[in-house]
Amino acid sequence: MTSASKVDLMDFILPDHQTSALKAAVLIQRWYRQYVARTEMRRRYTWHIFQSIEYSGEQAQIKLYNFLGYLMDNFTPSSSERKISHFRHKLENEVCRDAEWERYFCYQNIEVPEIYSGPHLTFPLTVEQAMGLVEAFRMKKQLHSRYVLQLLLETWKLLRMFPNINRISTCHSKEITICGDLHGQLEDLLLIFYKNGMPSLEKPYVFNGDFVDRGKDSIEILLILFSFLLVYPSDVYLNRGNHEDHIVNLRYGFTKEVLTKYKMHGKRIVKLLQKIFSWLPLATVIDQKVLVLHGGISDTTDLSLLARLDRHKYVSALRPPKKRLMSSVGTSIDSDDEIWSNSRFNQRRTSLTYPKPLGERDSFQNRSLQDFSDRLKANVVENELEPQSRRPSIFNSVTTRSEKEITLSVSSDSAYSDTMEEWKQILDLLWSDPMTPDGCIPNEVRGGGCYWGPDVTEDFLNKHNLQLIIRSHECKQDGYEFCHNRKVLTLFSASNYYDVGSNRGAYVKLGPDLMPYMIQYQASNLTRELSVRQSIGRTERSALKVLREQLFAHRSDLICAFKKFDSLVSLSEWANAVESVMHLNLPWRMLRYQLVTCKTSDGVINYYEWFNQLAIHIDQSLLETLYRHRSTLETIFRIVDTDNSGFITIEDFRQTWKLLSIYLKMEITDEAICDLAIAIDSNQDGSIDIDEFMEAFRLTDKKSRLERGRSMFMGTAPDLTKLEGDPNI
Amino acid sequence: MAESKQSAELTEVQKKIRATFEAFDYEFNNTVDVREIGTIIYALGCFPSQKDLHDFIAQVEEDHTGWIHLDKFLPAMTEVLLEHKFPPIPEDLVLQAFEVLDKEKKGYLDPEELTKYMTQEGEPFTQVEMDEMLTAHADHEKNCICYKDLISQLTIDPDL
Repeated sequence: MTSASKVDLMDFILPDHQTSALKAAVLIQRWYRQYVARTEMRRRYTWHIFQSIEYSGEQAQIKLYNFLGYLMDNFTPSSSERKISHFRHKLENEVCRDAEWERYFCYQNIEVPEIYSGPHLTFPLTVEQAMGLVEAFRMKKQLHSRYVLQLLLETWKLLRMFPNINRISTCHSKEITICGDLHGQLEDLLLIFYKNGMPSLEKPYVFNGDFVDRGKDSIEILLILFSFLLVYPSDVYLNRGNHEDHIVNLRYGFTKEVLTKYKMHGKRIVKLLQKIFSWLPLATVIDQKVLVLHGGISDTTDLSLLARLDRHKYVSALRPPKKRLMSSVGTSIDSDDEIWSNSRFNQRRTSLTYPKPLGERDSFQNRSLQDFSDRLKANVVENELEPQSRRPSIFNSVTTRSEKEITLSVSSDSAYSDTMEEWKQILDLLWSDPMTPDGCIPNEVRGGGCYWGPDVTEDFLNKHNLQLIIRSHECKQDGYEFCHNRKVLTLFSASNYYDVGSNRGAYVKLGPDLMPYMIQYQASNLTRELSVRQSIGRTERSALKVLREQLFAHRSDLICAFKKFDSLVSLSEWANAVESVMHLNLPWRMLRYQLVTCKTSDGVINYYEWFNQLAIHIDQSLLETLYRHRSTLETIFRIVDTDNSGFITIEDFRQTWKLLSIYLKMEITDEAICDLAIAIDSNQDGSIDIDEFMEAFRLTDKKSRLERGRSMFMGTAPDLTKLEGDPNI
Repeated sequence: MAESKQSAELTEVQKKIRATFEAFDYEFNNTVDVREIGTIIYALGCFPSQKDLHDFIAQVEEDHTGWIHLDKFLPAMTEVLLEHKFPPIPEDLVLQAFEVLDKEKKGYLDPEELTKYMTQEGEPFTQVEMDEMLTAHADHEKNCICYKDLISQLTIDPDL
């Protein structure tokens, strides 16, 4: 076993070139293969890092969401006009409200200036206009808000006519193209159209959700998809993804993108998109044999239930639709939608211009909407008083409040428990992931939906007489991946999702034989020139940078964890402590040399030195907590800023802070909050914008950490401020 | 003293092996696919030949199931590491090897030359392996492989 490995100089100094060449070749091969394997190793754990951080980010998202839900439940906008109970007002004035919404979304008064160089749209849309839109976005033009609103309105009207589950067929030898997550990455959509052709009567497409968030061109992708939908309503199918959800959008960048690109009318666009998302169909079935949906299934997934429910009631998959009458701005959206859709629906039925078989679904939809609104009318008076009496109890039992609310509702209203069941079905559909072992367990990593096993797939397919599930929702290195005995196909269409070179994207073609045929690609010029091996280095460096930032952001928790040791820790102790704080399940020992760059002697690490080193690596000018919570803070701000004006009042701010301090069990007196509020309104105009808002958190955090830090840090407070002054941080 | 140092070293080595093994244990049941063994051994800093790998696998595989269990892998791998069975190849030796192949002493190799040696001699590369090597490391403008540069590029920190 060992003789082949030992090589020395003598082996090459032989008269016979043949033999020495042979030995040389073996050596080089051995050496090179080692390098290849090590690169592969790095690629694996780099991938692992990104996935861990992404999923733990999503988990944090769900936890955050719980607070945000709490915030929405308890936050009362300070402006007195908004305190009026909307619902009563609306129920009495249905007609008025309809007109109001019309006016709100009206684009007709919006003028398009002469200098506008983007595309002009006329309706009904033609295919040339849809293609023109693709070209315009390729040239980095922006569509004017007037046309955006108009296009979205037309899309909204159309989507409401579709059933919850699209049913299509590969008749006429048509091949259907299915695309997975795009996440705002326009290059990938352009690449797909380039390779596969744009949607047409001969080229039907199914887009399987997650069109928005994270990437920078989410709105452009939506506009392209919607315009082709309008032009070819029988040949373009859109499934809802978990990111087609306004709450998720608040955090993952879509809302911000729209408000930034459309400064004047962004608010309206965002609101209209909320409605559109809730009207997106939930799944597509091809030839009655292949089910296409975004997340997955659970052991309770029931397609007939899903086909029957009122999907637009579930504006966000993260919140079950509540009984309407809580004194919170959040639910006004739901109730608006009810009235709007109820009355409008009847009008819609007569304006069918598209040959869609609506018969069956019609009667279901109509009936259930009626049922629901009748029942609600009856409950109005009864429930209206409840919010007032319930409010004192909020501050006593923060976490159990929502549970209480649900159990109360369940016992008093069976329609509500049906709603909860429906909500769970949708949540499972949009958020679940497959797993290797049998069974079905809650999806703890994402915080919603479940993990389902091959036995669940088997039962489900048999029960519904299907043969394949095509889903997306998870990034795959090769753009796609089969599992569950090739009965489940995961499809992901956003290439370079984590970073340049991290993964390929893929789309699927399905002909009448229903054998999926995958095409892979990788967008971006950079990758085409870099070889695969070289790009690993880049991706890895980027993953490590992200990891270091995460470690730095958790510095105070890490210091707590190390507290029980002396300043020097062994590698094992270091790895265990880090994992206990980060919960990322990474191979820390393997990553040690990349992460701990200060000197280590005899395998021990001076962790205080390590933190200082980390700090130097971070290009941030904000303190630890602010860095970690930055996106959270932004999300909170956007929620409090209910009219999307970019400002919140001092009163709103105080209330938010009070709720936050209770929820997080921080101790801050009312007086301190008042002082803080006044202090941060730096321009003294009585309202707070997002930068002032963030600043408030930085100041408070610094104060509380100075106090905590005194007992923990090696140095004293002056060291902390010295760190702050460091230009490298 | 020597004994405890030895056992400390042993523990560290075993922890390292475990950690690397776990990175490939996707089902969390202490087994890895046999096709990953090469990668794992390389990742632990070893430079086995293909023959070495085959011999090692024969030692630890469970009756051709395609899976390797940690129980067998750990002792075998520990022995490998403690006895330095597949030591790293020093840079100068690799350089010598390339110089042997570079008969005309040009200082570089043509892609055709390298391909001939790598795919026909020793433990031949597959076509895929060869393509990868050329794509990644051939200088596309000059159409050659400057092996001196290549060696410095590919030499990695041995103690990962």
